[in-house]
Amino acid sequence: MTMPSHTAGAPHVAAKAVDWSGSVREAGFAAFIALLLTVPLVGLRTIDRPTGLSIEARPEEVVASVLLVFLGRLGLGLIGQGLALPVLLLALGAAAVGLVLPMPTQVLRLVLVAGGGIIALRAAFAVATHRSKLTLAERDRRMDRVAAKVQHATRYIAPVAIIGAALLPLTPIADRQILDIGILLLTYIMLGWGLNIVVGLAGLLDLGYVAFYAVGAYSYALLAHYFGLSFWICLPLAGVLAALSGVLLGFPVLRLRGDYFAIVTLGFGEIIRIVLINWYQFTGGPNGISGIPRPSFFGIAEFSRTPAEGMAAFHELFGLEFSPLHRIVFMYYLILALALLVNVFTLRIRKLPLGRAWEALREDEIASASLGINRTNMKLAAFAIAAMFGGFAGSFFATRQGFISPESFTFIESAIILAIVVLGGMGSQIGVVVATLLVIGLPEAFRELADYRMLAFGMGMVVIMLWRPRGLLAHRDPTILLHSKTGGGAKPAGGTAR
Amino acid sequence: MSAAMSQDKPLLTVEHLTMRFGGLVANNDVSFVARAGEITALIGPNGAGKTTLFNCVTGFYTPTVGRLTLRHPDGTEHLLERMPGYRIAQQAGVARTFQNIRLFSGMSVLENLIVAQHNKLMRASGFAIAGLLGLPTYRAAEKQALDLAKYWLDRVKLTDFADWEAGNLPYGAQRRLEIARAMCTEPVLLCLDEPAAGLNPRESADLAEILTFIRDACNPNGRQTGVLLIEHDMSVVMRISDHVVVLDYGRKISDGDPEHVKNDPAVIRAYLGEDEDAALPTAAAAGSKGA
Repeated sequence: MTMPSHTAGAPHVAAKAVDWSGSVREAGFAAFIALLLTVPLVGLRTIDRPTGLSIEARPEEVVASVLLVFLGRLGLGLIGQGLALPVLLLALGAAAVGLVLPMPTQVLRLVLVAGGGIIALRAAFAVATHRSKLTLAERDRRMDRVAAKVQHATRYIAPVAIIGAALLPLTPIADRQILDIGILLLTYIMLGWGLNIVVGLAGLLDLGYVAFYAVGAYSYALLAHYFGLSFWICLPLAGVLAALSGVLLGFPVLRLRGDYFAIVTLGFGEIIRIVLINWYQFTGGPNGISGIPRPSFFGIAEFSRTPAEGMAAFHELFGLEFSPLHRIVFMYYLILALALLVNVFTLRIRKLPLGRAWEALREDEIASASLGINRTNMKLAAFAIAAMFGGFAGSFFATRQGFISPESFTFIESAIILAIVVLGGMGSQIGVVVATLLVIGLPEAFRELADYRMLAFGMGMVVIMLWRPRGLLAHRDPTILLHSKTGGGAKPAGGTAR
Repeated sequence: MSAAMSQDKPLLTVEHLTMRFGGLVANNDVSFVARAGEITALIGPNGAGKTTLFNCVTGFYTPTVGRLTLRHPDGTEHLLERMPGYRIAQQAGVARTFQNIRLFSGMSVLENLIVAQHNKLMRASGFAIAGLLGLPTYRAAEKQALDLAKYWLDRVKLTDFADWEAGNLPYGAQRRLEIARAMCTEPVLLCLDEPAAGLNPRESADLAEILTFIRDACNPNGRQTGVLLIEHDMSVVMRISDHVVVLDYGRKISDGDPEHVKNDPAVIRAYLGEDEDAALPTAAAAGSKGA
């Protein structure tokens, strides 16, 4: 075992003089571990050939990741010894070289850009704070202050962001792709805000939120398919049906607590999906439902070139040139309005007894009961309301896609929505937006690197776990203040003496 | 003292209360009354069943046998053993605090007090619908709730801390806040589980002052509150209680005013143990109790 000799190198980090050999040795050890891990995980890849499954070796990927780990560890070690500035410059240089100069392989470019970027960030952080080794508590407090500032800045950021989002389709950059990404992001933001009611406010860990999304989507698809109802009638109906399914699930489940509750919601999500797959005659099974009608312009006009009997065409009604983009723009505004509805609801409900009771339940159930709060009803309300918003989002999803199948409602969707809520900081509205941009937006922006998507996802999660266990922007402002903002914000001087 | 006035009107009547957990008998045939306008203290050595009795009164346990009657000043009666926990606070008007403080620590001090008025506000907000629409009825109710919260903040000297996170308060302040929160439910009976635990003498004195205030004064709504108290700190108990009930091994061994209880040989025996020589004449009685 080589381990003892290498771990013995670690204490040298604290020494004043730069311990080069120690740092290199430590980096070498990390690289060795990386080698052990990457040879089976990255280095071998199965390929489906006509002759059968065969294995292909990918040595350059292994070399790249080992190199990445070695340089990264070395950089961290040197930052720890006060060499933050040189490391920052070097890392930035490497990232720039990777970005600008032509590279023999794509992998090398990734190593330089990603590795250089991350190390540069870390070094910049160290340079900015003049302290390379912060304790976890210090770091947490520092980040808390940042979160509080962001929270307070939301008052100015939010209107700007909303106006920006509203004006986006009118700008010349708004092509089909940008709008589609916008719709996707807004759908997840809406789902995140919806789930935030259950997870962030009421403190119930719901792993099956996608079930309500599915109920909403199938409600619309089936009502349209069997009864020919229009989107505008089905949207509220889908919400009601999803809320009902939330209550149905809630009644037996809400007596459970913590992990048990989470597991049962997970099961419920799967049950819905499996019912959808197996009830072939009714739901179309794995083939899904296609030809779901597109929404009309509030029942007045249609977005097609040749509208059906008794319907006006949107472009004729407004005297515009026909463009298929009109429908996309309309969809974009629709989901923006739906998402904002959830947001406004959450912001308002937090200041009402219902929302306060949810937060109280999250903090301490027993104390809540001792104050006469009916736990079951409060939780059912949270569940039903969140389910309703999930149902709205689901029926929007169905009408946007025009085709749905159980494939779209797998557990990974629940996990992504939950990741958005937890990553953003439970209960934080702006956190959900930031987390959606990170979790959904970044992979969309870097589609070429799709192979490394899950890798980056996992890395991001680990970083968050280490740096911000409570989420990026976890900061709670009281819903009611006794003293005015200026007087109350400063803690009373005599306070701590008591 | 107001005790004499309400002598004939018991607020809480506990009759033949027995609570068993499997083979363990935590309370065995306990009967006593607590009156409005009085502080009734429940004392006894560790494991005597005080907290179990509390949990029965406040609906956290359903007693195995026995009857718990709460009579409001207006004459309505509530049978506590038949009500689910949250209704005891909501309808019968019993509020409690906890031995290990249970505040909503992530919420502000003021929010803690507003949450305590949940049921009143919930009705006023039309189960959130009128509130979402911002109707004036709800705003008036919230203003009222804020006034009640301010009243109690003032009483427990926490006005300066109103916007603090409750979990960041010093320990003694958290104890006081928990009492204020319970009082914001406008109870007829306030149950306090060891409110002086961990307090220094000055904080204990403050606490005693608050408790006597709660006993003597009326709520802003004109309802008088009776206090039921579990306490180990004898200086507090003897100073402020009007009536003391002593439990030992789940049974009531003494019941009366502090002076009477202090001199009761059964109490002295339970707390200090038996003097070898003095015990001989009562050995048979002690044997049956000590089992």
